[in-house]
Amino acid sequence: MTPGGTPGAPGVVVVTGTGRYLGAHVAARLAADPRIERVIGVDPAAPNPELAGLLGGVELIRIDLDSLGGLLADLDVDAVVHLALVTAPDAQQGGRSAMKEQNVIGTMQLLAACQRAPRLRKLVVRSSTAAYGASFRDPAVFTEETEPREVPRGGFGRDILDIEGYVRGFRRRRPDVTATVLRFAPFIGSTADTTLTRYFSQPFVPTVFGRDPRLQFVHFDDALEVLHRSVAEDHPGTYNVAGPGVLALSQAIRRAGRVGVPVLEPGLSGAAALARNLGFGRYGLDQVDLFVHGRVVDTSALEREYGFTPRSTVAAFDDFIRAHQGGVVVTRDQLAAAERAVLDGIRQVRSAVREQP
Amino acid sequence: MSRPDEQGGRPGANGRYDVPLVVAGPDGEPTRRNGRHPTSDAAPTSDAAPAPTPAPTGEPAASAPREPAVSDGPGDVWDRRVASGLAFLRRRFSGDYPVDEFGFDPDLTESVFHPVLRMLYRDWFRTEVTGLEHVPADGAGLVVGNHSGTVALDALILSAALHDQHPAHRYLRLLGADLVFRMPVLSAVARKTGGTVACNPDAERLLGSGELVGVFPEGFKGVGKLYSDRYKLQRFGRGGFVSAALRTGTPIVPVAIVGGEEIYPMLADIKPLARLLKLPYFPVTPTFPWLGPLGMVPLPSKWLIEFCPPIPTAHLTESADDPLVVFNLADQVRETIQQTLHTLLERRPDPFGP
Repeated sequence: MTPGGTPGAPGVVVVTGTGRYLGAHVAARLAADPRIERVIGVDPAAPNPELAGLLGGVELIRIDLDSLGGLLADLDVDAVVHLALVTAPDAQQGGRSAMKEQNVIGTMQLLAACQRAPRLRKLVVRSSTAAYGASFRDPAVFTEETEPREVPRGGFGRDILDIEGYVRGFRRRRPDVTATVLRFAPFIGSTADTTLTRYFSQPFVPTVFGRDPRLQFVHFDDALEVLHRSVAEDHPGTYNVAGPGVLALSQAIRRAGRVGVPVLEPGLSGAAALARNLGFGRYGLDQVDLFVHGRVVDTSALEREYGFTPRSTVAAFDDFIRAHQGGVVVTRDQLAAAERAVLDGIRQVRSAVREQP
Repeated sequence: MSRPDEQGGRPGANGRYDVPLVVAGPDGEPTRRNGRHPTSDAAPTSDAAPAPTPAPTGEPAASAPREPAVSDGPGDVWDRRVASGLAFLRRRFSGDYPVDEFGFDPDLTESVFHPVLRMLYRDWFRTEVTGLEHVPADGAGLVVGNHSGTVALDALILSAALHDQHPAHRYLRLLGADLVFRMPVLSAVARKTGGTVACNPDAERLLGSGELVGVFPEGFKGVGKLYSDRYKLQRFGRGGFVSAALRTGTPIVPVAIVGGEEIYPMLADIKPLARLLKLPYFPVTPTFPWLGPLGMVPLPSKWLIEFCPPIPTAHLTESADDPLVVFNLADQVRETIQQTLHTLLERRPDPFGP
């Protein structure tokens, strides 16, 4: 039935957002899979020079998402992987309004095109654990069924809620399409470059005073693996994708050898806005909320359905630390040496005291 | 640093760490801690073999318990304390400790919070704990207690006493009001000591993973009641704790805590001030706010904690959504605690007695 031969694996796959890091890596990985015949990358912009090298086996088409309808029908597309999301406003790219345009309007246009594509069998949408919002009454661990108690303050969180709402509508209208929504924890890894990895790369890291949020990360390679399996196999539903286990923010900062600088919360929101306006740092209310409330999700549904467990949050973070030794303030070896020195000192003083008659 | 055994050290000994010939006095702290009887061994027989080298290792205290014969070598109690304290600091500064998905940090709880609470419950409140055999040694359990004392100190005392005195040293995972998790610092401390927000998903998740969960269904109604209402159990809310227990088939262990009501006897509640500060109540006690920070010192009442026989719920798993079953069970728990409070109060005629 399927041109690709293998049951479940689609013949022609469209990947959106190939101009960005995640989209380029996913497209390259799908192109390397022999079960998939054609991988078409869609992005209005040309990929970065360093990403262009990856995209050898990918046919790149430079169009906007609103003109996608004809393409999906003409090329007999079997699967669409929607990755073209912007996680933080970028002043050079038009700020928050452009971000919303891309995230919400772009997804609407894509889903409208998908709805009219007769051969489409599969839709994979990138979402985020920001879908759970942030509230003081939240349960400690979110399962896929948890509804957000408060609409997030941050733009990205609100966009994610809108996007998931549209996908729910799409599922109702096209029940024949296998729709997979993947709620990713923040990406981390040796090569990933995100707002959070830049945050942890600084020698002095601002934190919210009196809060020690629980964080979860997913290793970039594991995110690729899950996306790949979502395309090659059939996994309908919504899944949390995160590394099992938890790091407290203070613990993560110490493990990275950085120094945390507590900032009062009202000041932090203002400082984040100021820094954004001045053009350095891209911390928004999304990040501030994450650093007040933390966010931990249950990944047992993913493990059951995919038969795959991402590497733990601690292991993913350690991989990040190894690649970012630059801004380290205190190393573990220094701490161990300091411990030995102090212990020796105390022993010598004590034995000297004891030798006095 | 003037310990009796140090003064007894033989001058001109051939080794720096030789064991003194003169035995330590009867109240010498290290020897007592090492389990050595002060009068039984005058002859230093077994000291030559384990004579420790002064060469330091990373964590000498953590490995290989020392021979009791050595009382002032690197293996003595102070050296061990210093070494384990330094190892603790290094672990903290390098982030080398586990945290569970609720944010519980056993390393910090054991090394920092429990020692403080231990002094409080053992020496200040002279707490007596009975009925510990009713707390399951492994597997899930829901401990339900009465709440009191203006500041919810009883929950912390209960968790520290249970961890110390229970043979399995179980941690009590407390469920707290969302007000706790709204406040900076307090929210971080609550999570690090094993607490989480009182809601059914969290309670069921903890019980489902075999933890011992502590709840106080009276909530602020219990903590913020006046001294004249002491030891009168307040309403038990919607009984959400019962449905969590039923859904997971967890036994409910009622616990009665006597003593918490007298630590900050609340004479009046300034409601307008409470509303202004967005607090559930603003207490006036004999010492607070008159004495300022000194008013925060809890009065040294005598505490009694009794765990009651567990109420099994495994046969009621299907009735978790039946309001009648839930209310009846909540009433049964409430009655048990109230009765036990009365018997405990009879055992303690003087609230500030020995």
